[in-house]
Amino acid sequence: MATPDTNLSTDQQLELYRSMLLIREFEQAVLASHEKRLVQGPAHTYIGMEASAVGICSALLDDDYLTSTHRGHGHCIARGLDVKRMLAEIFGRATGYCKGKGGSMHIADVSRGMLGADGIVGGGIPIATGAALGCRVRQSSQVVACFFGEGATNQGSFHEAINLAAIRKLPVVFVCENNHWALSAGFEVTTAVANVADRAAAYSIPGHIVDGNDVLAVHTTAVEAVQRARAGDGPSLIENKTYRWEPHSVFNTKDPRPPDEVAEWKARDPIARFRKVLEEQDALSADQDAAIQKAVAALIEEAVEFATNSPEPEPAEAMADIYA
Amino acid sequence: MREISYSDALREALQEEMSRDSEVLLIGEDIGTYGGAFGVTRGLLDRFGPDRVVETPISEGGFVGMAVGASLLGARPVVEIMFMDFMTLVVDPLVNQAAKLHYVYGEQAACPLVVRTPSGGGRSYGPTHSQVFEAWFAHTPGLKVVAPSTPADAKGLMKAAIRDNNPVLFVEHKMLYPTRGPVPGRGSRPIPIGKARIARRGTDVTIIAWSWLALEAEAAADALAVDGIDAEVIDMRTLSPLDMETVIESVQRTGRLVIADEAPRSGGVSADIGVRVFEQVFDYLDGPIRRVTTPDVPVPASPVLEQAALPNRERIAAAAAELCGAY
Ligand SMILES: Cc1ncc(C[n+]2csc(CCOP(=O)(O)OP(=O)(O)O)c2C)c(N)n1
Repeated sequence: MATPDTNLSTDQQLELYRSMLLIREFEQAVLASHEKRLVQGPAHTYIGMEASAVGICSALLDDDYLTSTHRGHGHCIARGLDVKRMLAEIFGRATGYCKGKGGSMHIADVSRGMLGADGIVGGGIPIATGAALGCRVRQSSQVVACFFGEGATNQGSFHEAINLAAIRKLPVVFVCENNHWALSAGFEVTTAVANVADRAAAYSIPGHIVDGNDVLAVHTTAVEAVQRARAGDGPSLIENKTYRWEPHSVFNTKDPRPPDEVAEWKARDPIARFRKVLEEQDALSADQDAAIQKAVAALIEEAVEFATNSPEPEPAEAMADIYA
Repeated sequence: MREISYSDALREALQEEMSRDSEVLLIGEDIGTYGGAFGVTRGLLDRFGPDRVVETPISEGGFVGMAVGASLLGARPVVEIMFMDFMTLVVDPLVNQAAKLHYVYGEQAACPLVVRTPSGGGRSYGPTHSQVFEAWFAHTPGLKVVAPSTPADAKGLMKAAIRDNNPVLFVEHKMLYPTRGPVPGRGSRPIPIGKARIARRGTDVTIIAWSWLALEAEAAADALAVDGIDAEVIDMRTLSPLDMETVIESVQRTGRLVIADEAPRSGGVSADIGVRVFEQVFDYLDGPIRRVTTPDVPVPASPVLEQAALPNRERIAAAAAELCGAY
């Protein structure tokens, strides 16, 4: 098989692989912790979509920004957030990223450019656009990656924000993770176009349809869109076609999706696919793979231990930080 | 009487009203086969078909505006907003449109529209899925706001809301859905909007609450009874228009008032009720009015923090006991 068209070194590719595995194992730990009632609130897992977050975030520089969604764990991990503090936040513990105030839908680490997940569908899209305006104001060459689901693209906020970004050529990359289902609503019945990327034409910006389960394809497209944004040529809309393996959230377990369809997408597992690519390039030996898996498992084990043993927040914390 | 859940009672009301009046339709996200995020509309798509159970994309501002337009032509849409927190997205069509049209256009226009939505905390849903925004809408002339606590009231008030010729916000606390109680069957009558219900008679102190906290207030009254305090509990049921008559009559008898409200303390319905009592029967009060509310903070996700912020039966009982001089 031909070497994929990418400027990533072998080590960088192995890091993408590791990051995807870490996301998957983290989400498995979230599901298991929900079963044990260590996670009390809702949590939306990213299993099956790992290539999207990892492919995009690997095209960003350290001082770039991103905004995320209710299904945000993958974006955080791909950006290098600490899985210990993430899990502690999801458990509602004092050591979490938001001291337990945010929970699964509200993890942020601004020191790493992660401006926050969002409980409001479509809420992050104008925020990302505003962050790009902020980059423009400070005359930096930073770029903002804005993640959202296909369901969010029927909100007014999507259309308003993209138009705003387009008219000012703001440095933002809009990333739609089209996993084909918004809770119980299928993409075709809720959306008047066949592809979210088709909507880019309405705002005269480039639209890219990408196999969202192919991490290198996502990365390559992201590099192009990020370069364009950084050069001052304005936003792009990337549509990563992908799928979530689990039901909508740990609370919404009734799954309306046809089992055949779920099985079909599981067969396109982004991690297994990338493993195969790496193996075919002789970039990943069985021993290396085992070592990576072991290291990932150790990190997750450590995170579960950390979160489980972390203290509950002091009740007085509920009254703190209302105003800056 | 048979006992059913709050969700089942709502579904019965929707189903009976849809059968009675072909202009009644449902609009919202995931309300079809899925049955709504909390299962209230389960089975109604099969029964009434996709023209009357209108599933929408995620576009709350758009489809509430659409419901306003349909109501202008005489349809009676019942819209589901999945969490009350998302009411932020539909303030314009409700406040600037639905609430104004009859006032401005007179006889030509009416908006017989219901917006149903689950409010409140208690399930660690976090700061954007736990809020109580009743006051914003009670503050808007032209809108009615109801927030029943029992399955029977949910059914009766839903029927009244659907038959009402005005826009009605129907608040369903998410903790209430599984709660059960006696509910009258087919053909039962609407319960009038604007009438409070005395949930428990008492002589020492009046406790006013609604929605989930009405249940907590009754539990508080049980606890107070053990200490020899005889509390009256009023379930407001409707927050706009307020039934001050029932409140005033009660306060005149008890001379003491506790108001429980899950919303933040400032600018809320609790303040409004309190000041009206003060305006009308100041001289009947034997002590200050006490409010038990969420402090002026968002609702945090962690169960420990959430419990620190939210009012509950213990805090209601403590306020009433203090007022009655029993510390
Ligand atoms: C404004 C708003 N409306 C509805 C919801 C409830 N909700 C949460 S996630 C979701 C589906 C979102 O679909 P999509 O944007 O495609 O993201 P996915 O869950 O598929 O990742 C819905 C309806 C919400 N959180 N915010």
